[in-house]
Amino acid sequence: MHIVVCIKQVPDAKNVRIDPDTHTLVRQGVESIVNPFDLFAVEAALKIKDASNARITVITMGPPQAEEALRDVLSRGVDDAVLLSDRAFAGSDTWATSTVLAAAIRKLGNVDLIFCGKQAIDGDTAQVGPETATMLDIPYATFVKKIESLDERHLKVTRQTDEGVEVWKVPMPALITVIKEMGEPRMPSLRHKMRAKKAEISVWGAADLGLDHEAVGLSGSYTQVVRVFSPSRRGNRVMIQGSVEEQVEELYKLLKEAKVPGL
Amino acid sequence: MDYFLTEEQKMIQELSAQIAKEKIRPVRAQLDENEEFPWEIMRILAQADLFGLYIPEEYGGMGGGILENCLAIEQVAQACIGIATSFAASGLGAYPILLYGSEELKHRYLPDIASGKRLSAFGLTESGAGSDVSSIQTTAVRDGDHYILNGTKQWITNGGEAEIYSVLAITDRSKGPRGASFFVVEKGDPGFSFGKKEKKLGIRASATRELIFRDCRVPADRLIGREGIGFIIAMKTFDKSRPGIGSLGVGLSQGALDIAVEYARKRVQFGKPIISFQAIQHKLADMAIKTEAARALIYCSARHMDTDPPDASKVAAMCKVFTGDTAMQVTTEAVQVLGGYGYMQDYPVEKMMRDAKILQIYEGTNEIQRNIIGQELNKEYGRIKESFF
Repeated sequence: MHIVVCIKQVPDAKNVRIDPDTHTLVRQGVESIVNPFDLFAVEAALKIKDASNARITVITMGPPQAEEALRDVLSRGVDDAVLLSDRAFAGSDTWATSTVLAAAIRKLGNVDLIFCGKQAIDGDTAQVGPETATMLDIPYATFVKKIESLDERHLKVTRQTDEGVEVWKVPMPALITVIKEMGEPRMPSLRHKMRAKKAEISVWGAADLGLDHEAVGLSGSYTQVVRVFSPSRRGNRVMIQGSVEEQVEELYKLLKEAKVPGL
Repeated sequence: MDYFLTEEQKMIQELSAQIAKEKIRPVRAQLDENEEFPWEIMRILAQADLFGLYIPEEYGGMGGGILENCLAIEQVAQACIGIATSFAASGLGAYPILLYGSEELKHRYLPDIASGKRLSAFGLTESGAGSDVSSIQTTAVRDGDHYILNGTKQWITNGGEAEIYSVLAITDRSKGPRGASFFVVEKGDPGFSFGKKEKKLGIRASATRELIFRDCRVPADRLIGREGIGFIIAMKTFDKSRPGIGSLGVGLSQGALDIAVEYARKRVQFGKPIISFQAIQHKLADMAIKTEAARALIYCSARHMDTDPPDASKVAAMCKVFTGDTAMQVTTEAVQVLGGYGYMQDYPVEKMMRDAKILQIYEGTNEIQRNIIGQELNKEYGRIKESFF
């Protein structure tokens, strides 16, 4: 079985600041990390590898330094890594990113399963997984917390929804996006770390993927970030404390004072 | 400071430091409070390949030496020496097999110890035999294809948690110091049981129990080396393991120094951060000097010990004394720098100070180490014919 995990290198959210003048991320001095949700996706793939002889390839689209993120994941036990990097990819929105990832997965060929994190902590769109699956014309399941079972042609997954949980049987090849309940990502091991340090990482650009420059980067994007701003604070927040009964009573009083219609 | 470590050694440091920071620091206070054995951390260290750093590749290890092991122990110890002691004690239990075991014994036990699948422990101390090792009472009597062990070992680190025990017993009392032998005893062997878990001042995440042998039958092929060389095995094991104990002291000292400096930079009294006062600066300076000197001693000694030098016992004893005394001083001063906060359990330094004390006691008290150094000096200078006057 061949599994692909798509990851993204993101700025460590703990240290991110927005420049108040330019409204852009201050990246200087901010450490880059593997998107935490993607590490749960890596863990999902490694769990399957623990129980079978699966081969795992990790891919990422990003600048040359995104290679660090790939080596981090290799040090946790993933077999191979491919960096999708090209000046032409700069400015890609989720659609253009998915175009590149889908092309890379086609180029890898014979892929049975694709794992993504549910979303990246910098953009928070949760679109790239489903878009990539749609472009590959394969089924996908989002917000998966557990892989129940796996055979040659299907996998059974539990997905978390706002209403509860759903158990789906999905034919393969399929794309799965993963939430943190999948399990704590494992630490690197010394053997894998030594291998990761030396590993040859292939770099594929637009030409390698047979993609027109028009299809990727800014020109291949349907959306553009026009402006980033910090929302101004609206209204006052009131914390209501006490027992449930007291809280309900207090809330009712406040709503009534605010002349909410119907009260 | 640059200690000219290899790429691989730096990777060991980096990986162990990552585990210490991400996995150990968040749980150390709770494990200490609950006196809970750190099984989850042991599993993580095992998966990271850190249990077999000093074990040759042919037995499933990483093929490194004492320095590699010391680097990992130091980083783990920086977060918690209760956990680091449990980790390092598995090495102490493995060394008798590694140094003197038959090929068969090595192949049978070392791969599981190297992978961390099974923990190991070292059984020597008894109620009447601490510093005076020669007065041990546990006996092993040959009976056909077996030895029958009787006696009780006391204060055994990893006791009850480990599955593989290297145990010293008297095989022939009439031969005095040449009458002791080492055996591998497995958890589950008939007649082998454990006493209650001891309650301790520090390193409370580690487990300390009695090993009780009542007509415990072990197959004769579990004898390590041959009969009569038990004390030699014990001494050679300590030569290998004491730099590791030294690394526990270095890591603990560094952990305490880190917190003391960070606190001193933030804590404001009389309108200034307290690090601006010389009374505090000098304390921190002395803590830093001793910690770095202890580290330099350990790294140099660890490299030296991998060459099996003739002065191994003296150097091993120096490692243990200097780092243990350093850790006690540095952690005590760290509590002083933090003042009342340092004395409270809300900050980690009170635990570090409680933990430090054991480093001057276990694996040979620091008094015994000084005896060894003194005796070795006497022998060494006895061989030199030249006068220095």
